[in-house]
This record gives sequence, structure tokens and C-alpha cells, in this order.
Amino acid sequence: MSALHTKTLTELAGLLQSREVTAVQAVGACLDRIEATEPAVRALITVMAGEAMARAETLDAEGPDPSKPLWGVPVVLKDLLTTRGVRTTCGSKILKDFVPFYDATAVARLREAGAVLIGKANMDEFAMGSSTENSAYFRTANPWDAERVPGGSSGGSGASVAAGQCFAALGTDTGGSIRLPASFCGIVGVKPTYGRVSRYGLIAYGSSLDQIGPMTRSVEDAARVLQVIAGHDPRDSTSVNAPVPDYLAGLGRDSLDGVTIGLPREYWGGGIDPEVEAACRAAVARAEALGARTVPLSLSLTDYAIATYYIIAMAEASSNLSRFDGVRFGHRSQGAEELIDMYTASRTEGFGDEVQRRIIMGTYVLSSGYYDAYYNKAAKVRRLLRQDFDAALGQCDFIAGPVCPTTAFRVGAKADPIQMYLMDIFTISLNLAGLPGMSLPVGLGTDSGMPVGLQLMGRPFEEADMLSVAACLERNLDPMPLPAL
Amino acid sequence: MSRYETVIGLEVHAHLKTRTKIFCACSTTFGSEPNENVCAVCSGMPGVLPVLNAMVPEYAAKMGLATGCEVNLKSVFARKNYFYPDLPKGYQISQFELPICEHGSVAIEVDGQRKVIGLTRIHMEEDAGKNIHSAAENASFVDLNRAGVPLIEIVSEPDMRSAEEAVAYLKELRSILLYLGICDGNMEEGSFRCDANVSIRPVGQEALGTRAELKNLNSFKHVQKAIEYEVARQIDLIEDGEDVVQETRLYNADKGTTHSMRGKEEAHDYRYFPDPDLVPLVLDPAWVEQWRAELPELPAAKRTRFMADYGLADYDAVLLTAELAVADYFEAAAKAYSGQARKIANWVVGDLLPSLGETGIAAGDCLLTPARLAGLLTLVDDGTISVKIGKDSFRDLCASGDDPAEYVRARGLAQVSDTGELEAMVDRVISENPAEVEAYRGGKTKLMSFFMGQVMRLSKGQANPGVVTKLIQQKLS
Repeated sequence: MSALHTKTLTELAGLLQSREVTAVQAVGACLDRIEATEPAVRALITVMAGEAMARAETLDAEGPDPSKPLWGVPVVLKDLLTTRGVRTTCGSKILKDFVPFYDATAVARLREAGAVLIGKANMDEFAMGSSTENSAYFRTANPWDAERVPGGSSGGSGASVAAGQCFAALGTDTGGSIRLPASFCGIVGVKPTYGRVSRYGLIAYGSSLDQIGPMTRSVEDAARVLQVIAGHDPRDSTSVNAPVPDYLAGLGRDSLDGVTIGLPREYWGGGIDPEVEAACRAAVARAEALGARTVPLSLSLTDYAIATYYIIAMAEASSNLSRFDGVRFGHRSQGAEELIDMYTASRTEGFGDEVQRRIIMGTYVLSSGYYDAYYNKAAKVRRLLRQDFDAALGQCDFIAGPVCPTTAFRVGAKADPIQMYLMDIFTISLNLAGLPGMSLPVGLGTDSGMPVGLQLMGRPFEEADMLSVAACLERNLDPMPLPAL
Repeated sequence: MSRYETVIGLEVHAHLKTRTKIFCACSTTFGSEPNENVCAVCSGMPGVLPVLNAMVPEYAAKMGLATGCEVNLKSVFARKNYFYPDLPKGYQISQFELPICEHGSVAIEVDGQRKVIGLTRIHMEEDAGKNIHSAAENASFVDLNRAGVPLIEIVSEPDMRSAEEAVAYLKELRSILLYLGICDGNMEEGSFRCDANVSIRPVGQEALGTRAELKNLNSFKHVQKAIEYEVARQIDLIEDGEDVVQETRLYNADKGTTHSMRGKEEAHDYRYFPDPDLVPLVLDPAWVEQWRAELPELPAAKRTRFMADYGLADYDAVLLTAELAVADYFEAAAKAYSGQARKIANWVVGDLLPSLGETGIAAGDCLLTPARLAGLLTLVDDGTISVKIGKDSFRDLCASGDDPAEYVRARGLAQVSDTGELEAMVDRVISENPAEVEAYRGGKTKLMSFFMGQVMRLSKGQANPGVVTKLIQQKLS
């Protein structure tokens, strides 16, 4: 049992149900692993050791429950999902001591399914960043190379899963924040269709873009977690009231006959590191060998995606983050005489530079006289982007491309915010279009030795098909090794 | 005739009478302990989301239908961003570009002149909480019970030309809201609030003058006085060669004046944008038609009908229809009464309304029920009691709920019409007042009222005046 942490969630769930492994053993193995790897990785802001162990003991006393698919499975949550009674920081000083009295719907569904929450993962402050260097607490290292970033903003979640600290993590993806760290850390990350998973309890960054999704060590693991968290929630008006299909049913397919994969020239053109392109092309070639047909196509508005995305996300963020004013919860600056000074000081002290930058820019694009030139125009481009995708997905079943032009970059390498924003070039269009996508590890880069992720993008609410294609490909690629920690 | 014309537009905020708040399940009860009716959603905790209360669009649309608005089948919630401690999210969820109702109107009447006031729009929004400042503790507190209570904002065109028109418009809006049963209309508790945009311009000038927005108008009287004061202030400024400043001004009810809130408020750029947490509200045309079918008879229609069906004067019709409960009371009493409805109207306007005003009891709860009022009037009509006894008994009957006939019998208030009994009284008055009898017979017939008064005194007011007059005339002729 010493290597329990190397198992997939699917394997562990089976062992737990058959009582070959107890919940206490599973949680114990993760806590041991956390103790062993945290000094190097620093993936977690809060480790829920006592609570997790108590919960595992309760579960063991009750015995395995086949109706609970995640019974006894240790899970980590990005620290912007609210957890009843457990500090939720958003990676920000302004929420340093914030303890919610309510669970996010996705969290409640995990608990309901028998999962054991064992930690809250580090992240870029308020999910603003692509490297987890923007956490107010500490930066998280990539488990493959401590000098490199794990990606972001769900970098703590990605690193924790890759390091074997847990069997699944929840991340959130506003512009690539699940897929990028999944790619950089060599794991599977799924961004569901907007509206598939309830956002209730997700501390919002860009409300029209945010979506919660699973980060795991296998496609089947991701399907199992998505099965639990997906579905309508009356507490989220933007969650879609449509039945959740069986995400496991199609995972056994052994060929990709009849599947058409679109390869947009904007994703495969210049600007991609050769090692990334090589690994992705090899994976596509494998798909073709399995029977898939590939077609070249164009997503011609890709160039406008970054500008469009940042206008919309920052506009929404500037409003979403207004509630952090020091009045009811979170950091309040002491000693201010006037109300306006209290607001200004609390927010200046509580928010980091990147958050302040985005609030200021978001405020600007919504300001009277600029609204039409920025926000309104971005909203129009966004509709066109969605049409662009709809047209492309009329010619193919899935779109494939790299998640990111590079593998995990070195710490501090993207000090210029614009350079950092460009890391999202292949991921953000999908959020603007509201479509589902995922990162599938397809190997290690030949130069950097770091993981490369292939991105699959699909039609709305067709996650089941996307997962089945990914599972088939995963089975037919060389197994992804675990990082040597 | 003034050289200036007053221009007034009103923004009315009406609390909707829903059981729960607009975006969460908290109670809307007024007067609870501070922060008793508060949850994660209405206190703006991180991560929570709003879910629209289905009653709110129904009520808002009904108000639109009652005021001739177009109901937009698609409307959008927008965020109005500003910082204030009573605003938990740092933005108010309201409507901006696509409100639920637009382009309506309300007819008013002032000094017999009918006038139509345009309604620009009606939109739905959430109310904010309340800041409470404690001088004793040198601290401020926030009560969020009101945060998230549903409101509709009704915005008029700048169509009113006097304080009287403004008040008439407000009274009409309030009546309609009460008829629809969607607002309790209580101005003191703030469930019916109004801001007035007031400007003046030289008579004949097309362009609008610079306006001031008046706030803190908690009664119709305040609205009237604040506008009158503000108009006089603006005329003085212009006559003195100064400019009116566009600003928000607070009405001070004690002094009857308005004063500037300083420019702070005006600096706001609310940065409206569609709320991404709420999908656009789409109404099924069938619902709108059903709501239209459910509209009750509205005050204006009822007024016209009361005048036609019951022969009421305009003045009485206005008073009787202002509140649905009063109108219903009147109609029930008129139906139970065999005489002229106008008489019922006189009693309701002259006696019932003042009595309700003093006691604060609603017409529907008055113990003198419509049927009993009809009974009381019948007792007067058939001579059982005098009008005076009837009026004197009115408040007692309102308070006790006694049956009028019982009440009269138990207290021996019935009028004396027995000629034998009355004849004895008349004889006694004649014999006790020889000088007056002499004078009367000499032609001073005005003394009739003296004799009448004496007989009434002897009968403790219960003598039938008609019978007494006849007897006196017989005896002294």
C-alpha cells in the first residue's frame, strides 16, 4: 500500500468499495504524501488534516456505500470554492480569515458523493494569473521542476494532483485556468460547458466565463468527478436545466472511426514551441491511426480573443470584487477617518497588484463614455467568436490544438503582464464561446522534459463524447509518468 | 401669473408586497430585529448568486399593464455599481437598458382639469439596507433586513407643472398600486417613496432648465411643500442673476426647506452593465395576457362608474375610490341600503373616513360594517332616530360593533313621535313661557325655534321635530 498515492481515483474508488483500502488509509496516504511533498511543491493554502481524518473515520464506521461514487476519496479544492467552516482565501490577503458558513454546490455534491475534502489549493489571487505566482501567500512549484511554474490560476490544484497529494482536485477555468495547469503539470483537466456545473459558491472572477471542472490523473477519473458535480442547481440561474448524461458509458471505445477532428490553422501556425507542436502532432497522428479523420479549418477571430476576453473578464471582475470593501467580512484597514478612506485603504492593503490592475482596467472599460467602445464592442465580438466556433464545429466533431504555445515556463519568466496574458491565447476563446474543452497529457517535451497537453474542444454539453475520445487516445498513447518527487 | 413655468418629473420607488425578497428566500417583514431577515445572498457573501423571485416580474408587469405600458417580453437585469455600507455587493441589481415596462401614462385631475402624465418606464430592482449611526457609541451599524426587498421604480416624463399636479399623480399611482395589491403604499415606512426632479423655465421657453433632485419626501404634504419651496428658491436664484446647480437636495420637514447634499452624489458613474449572474428575463406572452385579464377595476374606472351608477359628485368619487377597501365598503353599504347611495357617500366621507383616520383602522376592519351603516341610515330615514342621534352614535358603533337597532333600543334613543306625549311637552312649554307666546302671536314667528329648542330639551333630543313643529303651530295659531 506504500504506493497508494500513485493510483488513479478510479482504482482507489474500487479498492475502497471492496474494503481493500479504508477511507482512513486513503486519507492517511494523502496526508503523508502532503507532508512529504509540500515543502517542495507548496500546493495547499489549508490542509484539512483533522477534519479529513475525522470524516474518514465516520465513513469507515458506516461502511462503503455503492451509491456514493466517491466514497472515501480524498479531494482537494481550489481555494475560491466556499467550504462551510473552512477558511476560503481566494489566494488573497483580503480574505485571509474568511470562513464561509455555506458550501459551494459543487463542494456539497462532492461531500454527498462520499468524497473527503483534504485541502484548499493555492491559486493566483482571485484566479487572476496563469502561473500561481500571483498568490498572496506563496508561489506553487511545478512538481516536475521546482524552478518552473505549475500554470494557473488553478496551479495549486494541478500541482497537488500531479504530486499525488490527492486523487482529484476541483479547479475553475475562466480563460484557461484548469487547462493550462493541467497541461503544465501533465494531468487531465476538464472545463465543462458554461452552465453545466453550478457556480454557486465559486467566488467569482468573470461570472459569464467561470466554470468549475475536475483535474485528475486520468480521463476516467475526470468523468467520475464531473458526473458528481454536473447538473442543474436552482441556486444558480445560469446553470442549465438539462439532464446529465452518463460520462462513463462511452469511455471504453477502442477506435475513433467516424470522428472528425478539426485543426484550426490559428492554433497550429507559427509561435508554438517545436517540442509542443511535435508532441501534439504525434497525438493527432495517433488519433488518425485510431480511425479519426482530420480537417484543416480556421478560427479566424482568434487574434481578437485576448482583447475581448480581458475587457469582459476585467469588467465583470471590477464589479464582482466590489463586495470586498472591509464592511462585512475580510480585511478592514484600521484608523481611517472617513468612509472613502476606509474603502481605499482596505482594498489597497488587501488586494495584490494584478488584482488592482484588473479592477482599475475593468472600471475603465465600463465607465461612461467608454462603455460602447470597450465593453459593448467586446460583447459583440464575443457573439461573433461563438459563431466562428459553431461554424467550425459544423465541419468537425472536435477541435484540437495545443493548450499553450510552451511547456511550463520558469518562475519569474513572465514578469510583463502582457506576456503572461498571451499564455492564454489558445484557451480563452473557448470560455468566451461557453464551450467545453479539456487538456489531455500527450507526453513530455523533448527540450524541456516538461509535460505537454493537447486541447480538445467540443460542442456544448457534449462532454461525454469528448471524454470518450480522450479516453481512447489516452489508452493508446504512452502512459504519462508521474513526476519524480 | 408667474413668468416662470415649473417642470416636474417624479421617480417613485414602490416596495412590492412579496413574502420573500427579490433574489433570496428571506422574509420582507418590516420592523424585525436588525439583520434578522438576512442570508448569504442578501448580505452579499462571496460566491453566492441571485435567483429571481417569480412574483416580482408579475407584479411589475401588472403595474405596467395598469398604466398602459408596453410590457417588454425580454428584459435585462443590470448592475448599478457604487460603494456604500448599506449596499452589500457594492452594486445594486436593477434594470437599465431593457426595463420590464415602458411608455405608459396616468391621468390626473387638478381643479377640474384632466391631464395625462407620461410614464417613461417601470423597472425592477433590489432595495439597499440601512445605515444606523449611533452618536452614543460613536459607531455606525448596518441593518440589511431591507437589502433585497423588491422594488419597482416608476419614472415619469417631466410632464407635471405644479406641486398640486405632482401630488395628484403620486396619489393616483399609490391608488393603482393599492388596487393591484402589490404595494402597501406606506410612505412613512418607506414602502412608497418619491424623488422629485424640479426645474423652472421662462414661460414659452422650450428647453428645460437645470433641475434639482429632491429627496426625503415622506408624505404628500412634504412633496407639496418641498416643490413649492424649491420652485421659489430657483426663481429667486434666477431673478438674482444666479444659476441653478444640478444637484441632489434634501427636504427638511421641520424647516420646510431644501438643502444641498453637496456634489458627492453627482460624481457617481454607476458603470451599468448586464448582470452576468442573471439570464435575460423572458416572459411568455400568455402570462402577460393572463395578468392583463387578472387586473381589477382600476381607480379611474371605478370613479367614473361611481359617478354614473350612484350619482356621486366628483369630489366624493375621488375620496371614495382612493383606497380599494373604502370603495368596497361604500359599494357594499350602498347595496345594503334601500335609499339613495349619495346619502351613504355623505356618511362615508363625512363620518367614516375621519373616524378611520383617527383610529388607524382599515375600512375593511371597521366594526360598523357596511350592512350596519345601511341599518343606521334606515333608522334615520324611518324616523326612529334623528340625524343628530345617528351622527352622535357613529363613533360608538364603530368602536363597539353593536347592531344599530339594538344600540338605539338599549339606550332608549328612539325618537318620540307619540303625539300625546309630545302634546304634553308642548303644553308645558307654552304655559311656562307666556311672554314668548305673546310675542309669537304678535308676529315674531322666528320664536318657533325657541319653542322647538325647549321641547327638545324636555325630550332629551328625542322628539320628532316634524311632529313638534306641527303641534306648536296648531296650539299657537
